[in-house]
Amino acid sequence: MNVVYFAWVRERIGLPQETVQTDAATVNDLIAELKSREERYAAAFADTSALRVALDQELSDFDAPLAGVTEVAFFPPMTGG
Amino acid sequence: MTVRVQAEPVDAGAELNGFAQDRHDVGAVVSFTGVVRDTQGDLQEMLIEHYPGMTESAITKIADEAVTRWDLADVLVIHRYGPLKPGTPIMMVATAAAHRAAAFEAADFLMDYLKSRAPFWKKEVTSKGAAWVAAKDADEDALKRW
Repeated sequence: MNVVYFAWVRERIGLPQETVQTDAATVNDLIAELKSREERYAAAFADTSALRVALDQELSDFDAPLAGVTEVAFFPPMTGG
Repeated sequence: MTVRVQAEPVDAGAELNGFAQDRHDVGAVVSFTGVVRDTQGDLQEMLIEHYPGMTESAITKIADEAVTRWDLADVLVIHRYGPLKPGTPIMMVATAAAHRAAAFEAADFLMDYLKSRAPFWKKEVTSKGAAWVAAKDADEDALKRW
């Protein structure tokens, strides 16, 4: 699964994207897996209320299932316009 | 409908002149141009990051929604990314309709949704360093109007 990061999430993790081998059932499960890996992930995902998630480039929720999803994106609330 | 996401500068005047041209059913054209604002008097540049692919589809979805809700003859959305200087356009929206109410309302709706639902992130670079611009609760609340 391709996991992509934007803005300060990207900076905190230190990568724009990576391939993650996972059996995580939901976004929350994936976050728990990443947080347990290294401190930089724990720091980036410390407060998920400050984050948004997109599954295959559509805004989604943290309890959404990952079955069939190829790209997960994590980023702060958007500031367009 | 035209949606463009680009690094290149936007010539708002030229875009507006070319918008909804030769549409004799159009009685109202409304446009909005968002400009890089220097809030502290110390802004060197604003860096705009986006999510290539999702940006275009998210904006198109918002513009489709506007066309569903209002009787519009045409919609234009242009949004830039990359490093931008203070005083230069970040983005523009234009709407064309038979009457002004639909054109004004649709432009307002587009701006509210582009602020909070199009995957862009702003970072301000000043002499003191660089900082991400936080989303405002008021911008999220503005969506409830619609």
